[in-house]
Order: sequence, then C-alpha cells, then structure tokens
Amino acid sequence: MAKTTKAAKIINKLSWKMGGPAGEGIMSAGMIFAKCATRGGLNTYNYIEYPSLIKGGHNTYQVQVGADEVFFVSNKINLLVALDKETIDRHSQELNPGGGIIYDGEKINLDAKDYPQIKLYSVPLEAMALERKNRLLKNTIALGANLALLDYDLEILLSMISDIFKRKGEAIVKMNTDAARAGYDYIKNNFKADFGFKLEKMSNQPKMVISGNEAIACGMQAAGCKFFPAYPMTPATSILHFLKAKERDYNMVVVQTEDEISALAMAIGANYAGVRSATATSGGGFSLMVEHLGLSGITETPVVVVNSQRPGPATGLPTWTEQADLRFLIHAAQGEFSRIILAPGDANEAFYLTAEAFNLAEKYQIPVIVLSDKLLSESYESTDEFDLSKVKIERGEILSDADLASNQNYLRYKITASGISPRSLPGQANGISDTNSDEHDEYGFSTEESEMRIKMMNKRFSKMEAIRKEIIEPKIYGDKKAKITLIGWGSTKKPILESLKLFKEKGIVVRFLHFTYLWPLPEKQIKKILTEKGKTFILENNHDGQLAALIKEITGLEPDHQILKYDGRPFWPEEIVERVRKFI
Amino acid sequence: MPTPKDFNTINKQTWCPGCGNFGTETALKGALAELGLNPEKVVFVFDIGCCGNGNNWYRGYVFHSLHGRSIPAAEGIKMANNAEHVIVIGGDGGLYAEGGNHFVHAVRRNIDITCIVSDNQIYGLTTGQASPTSDLGLKTKTSPEGVVEARLQPLSLTLAISEDTSFVARGFAGDAPHLQKIIVEAIKHKGFSLVDVLQPCVTFNYLNTYDWLRKRVYKLEDDKNYNPENKMLALEKSFEWPIGPNGEGKIPLGIFYKKDKKSFEDHFPQIQSVPLYKQEVKVPSLAASFKEFY
Ligand SMILES: Cc1ncc(C[n+]2csc(CCOP(=O)(O)OP(=O)(O)O)c2C)c(N)n1
Ligand SMILES: [Mg+2]
Repeated sequence: MAKTTKAAKIINKLSWKMGGPAGEGIMSAGMIFAKCATRGGLNTYNYIEYPSLIKGGHNTYQVQVGADEVFFVSNKINLLVALDKETIDRHSQELNPGGGIIYDGEKINLDAKDYPQIKLYSVPLEAMALERKNRLLKNTIALGANLALLDYDLEILLSMISDIFKRKGEAIVKMNTDAARAGYDYIKNNFKADFGFKLEKMSNQPKMVISGNEAIACGMQAAGCKFFPAYPMTPATSILHFLKAKERDYNMVVVQTEDEISALAMAIGANYAGVRSATATSGGGFSLMVEHLGLSGITETPVVVVNSQRPGPATGLPTWTEQADLRFLIHAAQGEFSRIILAPGDANEAFYLTAEAFNLAEKYQIPVIVLSDKLLSESYESTDEFDLSKVKIERGEILSDADLASNQNYLRYKITASGISPRSLPGQANGISDTNSDEHDEYGFSTEESEMRIKMMNKRFSKMEAIRKEIIEPKIYGDKKAKITLIGWGSTKKPILESLKLFKEKGIVVRFLHFTYLWPLPEKQIKKILTEKGKTFILENNHDGQLAALIKEITGLEPDHQILKYDGRPFWPEEIVERVRKFI
Repeated sequence: MPTPKDFNTINKQTWCPGCGNFGTETALKGALAELGLNPEKVVFVFDIGCCGNGNNWYRGYVFHSLHGRSIPAAEGIKMANNAEHVIVIGGDGGLYAEGGNHFVHAVRRNIDITCIVSDNQIYGLTTGQASPTSDLGLKTKTSPEGVVEARLQPLSLTLAISEDTSFVARGFAGDAPHLQKIIVEAIKHKGFSLVDVLQPCVTFNYLNTYDWLRKRVYKLEDDKNYNPENKMLALEKSFEWPIGPNGEGKIPLGIFYKKDKKSFEDHFPQIQSVPLYKQEVKVPSLAASFKEFY
C-alpha cells in the first residue's frame, strides 16, 4: 500500500457555510462559529441568506475566515455544514475541490460517487442530540464536529457556550458543552485528519463581530440620541431591537409606534423639544415618512432617518438586498429643501457616519438620511472596537436661557447670512415662537407674501453652501494611479474591496472610488477621474444605474460602463472581476 | 398671574365671524390663565385646518404640524419634555379621519397630552366636505345627496379603544365658561384627555348651527347621580345623539369619564427625575453595547 504523504494544509483561509431549515438556529450557530474565529484573533465576514418566513424555508450563514482582513465572502466554499438535504442539493456545487461536507448520514443518504472531489463527513447529529433528549443540540454537535475537522481549539467554543448559556443556568451550559465535545470527539475518533483546511489561533487582539445595523445603533448611542420611535420593517428592525434592549443603559426612550408616519412625526417632535432623536425603516416605511421629511425641511427641525433598503417596489424581496432608493430619497417629499444623504459602506463607517448625522442635522437644522441596505445592515464583520474619542458632539445653535434673556424679540426664523437661525426650546422664557409647516415669516407666523416666501426659500437653501464645504469626497482604494477605476457607493464597498485582491492576483491594476456622501454629491474627485484617461466602471445594486445618472446630471460626465445587479443578491467578488474583464 | 390676553398674538384673526373656533379659543386661553400657566410652559401642537390656523393666534410654544399628524408630533414633544403641558388642537377631519390611527394609539398609550378637537362636523378649510362626524344625510360638496356613512361617535370610540381610557369629555363652543371648566380638568388630568368641542361652522355646515345645538345640549353634571367613574354609564351616554330627519334627541356635555391611571411617560424610569431634553448630550461609554460583539 502506498504511503500517503501528509499534504500541506491551508491555514486560516476558509470559506465556510452552514445551511438548514429556517427557524432551527442556523443564525446563532453561524454567529458562534464566527465569534470562535475572532476570539482566536482571526478576521471574519458573515453573509446571511434567509427567506421572509419564520419556519420551513432555507437559511444559510456564510463565514469567510482569514488571517488578514477579509472584506467579503466568496461564491465558492470549502466546508459546508448541512443540517438538511436541501442544503447539500443547493450548495454542494459551490464547494471547491478538496472541500468537505459535514452532514447527518443517518438522515441524509449521500453516495460518495456523486461527490468525487469532496470529502464527506457523516456525523449522526440527530441521534446524538436525541440521546441527550434535546433535538436542538444538533447545531452544537455540528459546531463541535466542525472545529475538530478544522483542528481548531475546542476550548474557544466551550467558553463561548458558557458565555451564551450562563443566563440559562449551569445545567444548560453543561448540556451544550457535552454536546460540543461529543461532536468534536466523533470526528477525531472516526475520521483521519485529512481535511485540507485548518484554523489556528493568532495572537491578535480579538475584534468585534458586528452588523451594520448594530453599528448604526451604536452610532446613535454614541451621539447621545435619547429618543427612538420606530416601526419594525426588515432589514431595519434589528436597530429597534438593539436600542430597546439597551435603552436603560443609555437613558434612551425607545417606542414602538403605530406606523412609520408617527415614527418620524415623533422623532421630529422630540428634536423640536431639544432631544436628539432618530428613526429607522426600509423603503416601504420611508414612503410613509415622506411628508414628514418635508415637515423637517420647512420647520427647520433636525432629524436623522435611517433607510435600510431592500428590493422594491412595494413588498418586493423583503430579506434581500438592493440600492434602488437613492433617487427617491434625493427628491422625496413635495417642494424643495436642503437635506443630506450619507451611505456608509461597512460597520465602521456606519458607526461614525450615523454619529455624524446628528451633528449635521442639528448644525443645519435639516433632515439627514443614513442610507443602508440589507447587505450592510444584516451582514456581520469583524472590526476593531470603535474609537469614541473620534466622535464629536456639535449641537449647532441652541440658545441658552441667558442668551434669550437679553433678547426680547426672539425670531425663530431670523434671516442670517448662513441661513441658520438659532433655536429656542419649549420651556425657555423669551423663546416663544411658531414652528410652522406653513410658509412663515421670521417669527414663524404664516405668510403668503411673495417677498417673504423668496427670502425663506433662499434662507433654507443657503445652508447648502456650508454643507457643500463640509461633505467628504469619495475615498480611493487600491493603486491610486491605476487606469481602471471602479466606482461604487454604500454597501458595495465590501465586495469591491475583496475583488481588488482578485484583480491583483490576476495582475490587473485597479483602483476603487467609494462614495459615502451622496447628497449633496461631492463633485471634485469624480470630475477629475471621469476626465482622466482610463476606463471607469460604476457598480450598483439597482436596475437604473442611479448614481451613474446622478453623476451625469451634476457633472455632465458619465462612467464608461455600468455594472448593475438587481436580483437581490450582492455582487460576488469573482463576479466583479469577470464582468469587468469583459471590457478590458 | 397670567391672563388670557397673554396668550394672544399681534395677528389679525381670519376665522369667519361667528366661527366656533372663537368660543374654543376663549375657553382654552381662559383655562390656561386659570391654571396659572405662562405661555412658555405650554406647547400648542396644531393640526391643519381652520382650527389649525389658530397657530397664528396663540402665544406659546407653537408647533404647526401636518394634516392629521399633530398627535404623534405632540407625543414626541411630550416624551422629550415631560415637564411641559402639551395641547393638541385639531379638527374632526384631521384627528378622526386622516390621523385616526394616531388617535387610537395615543388613547391606548394614555400619554399625558390634552387633545382638543374642533368638531364642526365638516371639513372647513377645504371648503365643506363631509367629515367622520357629519350627521347622516348632511349635504356637502362630497355628499350632494346627503352623507350615507354612519356618524363616528368620537367619545364612544375613545371609551371603547382600551380598557380604561382616562379622560373623555365634550364641550360646546357656544358655552365657553362651561367648556373652560372642562378644559381645566382635562389639562390637570394626568394621562390622555379628549375634549371634543361642538363647534358650529357658520359657513359650510348649515345643519349643526348654534341654534340646533343649543336646543339639544344638556350637562351631565346637572344630574347629581351621574358618576364619571362609571365606564358603562359613560359609554351609554356617549351614544346619545340626535337622530332622524329632524335630529330628535339630546346631546350630553361635560366630563363623561375620568380615571386615574399610570400615564405612558411614567413607565420610563429614564425620564422620571430629569426630562430627556435636560439630560446632557455627551458621548457615553459604550461598554454595555460592545460586550455583545465578542
Ligand atoms: C395630507 C393632506 N391631505 C389633505 C390636506 C388638505 N386639507 C387641509 S385641512 C383639511 C380638512 C380640514 O378639516 P378638519 O380637520 O375638520 O379641520 P377644520 O378646517 O374643519 O377646522 C384637508 C383635507 C392636507 N393639508 N394635507
Ligand atoms: Mg372640521
């Protein structure tokens, strides 16, 4: 018999997927695996697919693990943890040669001949769980088996289990610990250590594993947002959940409203009364908020609104991703008024830009929209803890009691050079005013006079001048001198950054221009790039190329190629390379 | 001591001569003065409508919101500043039709705001269309053959919404002193209070005139046995309304129901000692959040 030489294993570079029926704990199991990796000093990116139902659909949790920064998942995987047959039917073709499947061979019949280049690891998950009188332990057993296959430190999983189940008591911790160990031992005892991938602890400081929505919620907490009224809508809901769970830690008041109309109305009311307040929704809810966006505009009441996009129109694809609300938000509401739209591309930007949104809203007394989408909101990434010293609080011009005492003729809408009129807050003596949704004079009283209408319109728009100076130009990633430029905004940042690695491997020099400030549109950088020699590609998760059209409208220039995708799925890094290569 | 005049502005009023809004204004400003409230201690949240145009004629912190949306704006203001008195002034169209959903849920919440409905049983500002409280058969521009949809009984609705709605009353703009008494009690009441005010619209509602109303109204408190803590009795009284082609029947006025109950804000320890708007805005430690991510 030929001696098998021990093939070198790929260490700390893994594309992993767990799949199973909805409602069976795939999400938490996937998260536990990702945190096991980050607790060992590794980096992860977590992408989740699930249908809009509670039981019976198909869920997947995909984790990319790396020693260095990982930006996105691959469309190929190395290890598939399959909790049902459907997972294998749907995803086994995603496996790279040399990949493996962990599955329950007593429940799922697989013929090794059908999977020639794949290693099959059958573990009697259900029987082992039922032996312990708890079917739900399947996931824990699978996680243990999974770590054994990857030859990773089981202790990390055991400590996670104890952290998670501590609250439920010692017995539950022990039950899960035993189950994890049993899964681990089963692999070690029944299979050769022949799987080609391995994870190893590194000495790095463990990072956080955080979703875009959690980062947005943390941004609100950091900014001193004290009132958050909202109505649930995927993929924005987890902001509401997170803030509610923590409301007493931050002295925040979180209210579930009767609809999105009231959510924005309440947030505007609270801001009017001097409290930083925001709400969050998806496009459907935002559609209901539209009239209030204009109320914020004409009454010059600051407010922050998060819109986490999903594919529309109407109910659309509730649990999938799209970037098709941009043009809608730029023009939402009747009439014209100043507004700012920010589109973070990752958790880090989601945190800092959300915090900054409150400053912009209060300084300019306008609505500020933070634009996210399913991909950013509900994907988890490993990232360093946010640096709170970088968060500044700038409340803009709010008059103190002393300021008002010396001002007997307070005018809420005083015409000023900047367009910004200092605010008084209800309760303050000498600050009485009329905050009026009708066109108004400097005091706030309704007026229909032509001259005053023009003055007030000009005042409200004159703020844009200072705003334009403050907005941040898109950032360039990759080789600054590259002749091929990819252009994107918001959440496409992650797959595009990952694709830069692939371009590099192929010897193609590419740079990436990423917009986070979308309205008003920063023009300098894009004008420069579109007038330089070279090829430009704009990538958007929508049908119309909305940013491309906006750039054309504002600069008269347009990128050479539009790469668009509107099937609810994000761009895959490999797909980006393939689609761009066709034109170079 | 403040006087009703302290709540006046310099602007010329443009309600029609004889408009019911004048009676409500007299009663409300009188009530505020009677309660010793200074204008800066009151936020008036106006809806859109003829009543909403009052934003120009009330001195105080005035927020003139959108049609139907004054209640949620007021709720946001109240949660931000629970030391302030928040008074909503809106029409039967704004509060019972366009904003009906907000009304229902504000009652459920029992949030401490006072809701004064200028109930002229018509859309005034948009020149005379039927409203939810229009009487059956009322001919308007949108009901030339007469209204066919059943009249909404706002007091019955309010009483029926939750197990113990906390303050339900009806006044008449033609009897400002009586209305003032009701409003004083409504403002003093902790929790949601509804004061539905019968207000003739002298221009568009030819039916529910001062005369028509005067012939029919009577005061609940004139019956010494009336007990405003008896919910079923209140509900029964709330259904009393003239019906038939000649509007036969009576209209009770006064405080139908009143109950002490924990108000919405009181469920939040976050705002029991210092109102939100007075809490310093600074970057807190995020340890409580970050710990979730490891
Ligand atoms: C969203 C919206 N829809 C419609 C209108 C037009 N509108 C203004 S006032 C009003 C109805 C007024 O009736 P009511 O609320 O009873 O107030 P009243 O004028 O009778 O005091 C309507 C429909 C509006 N301003 N906004
Ligand atoms: Mg009316």
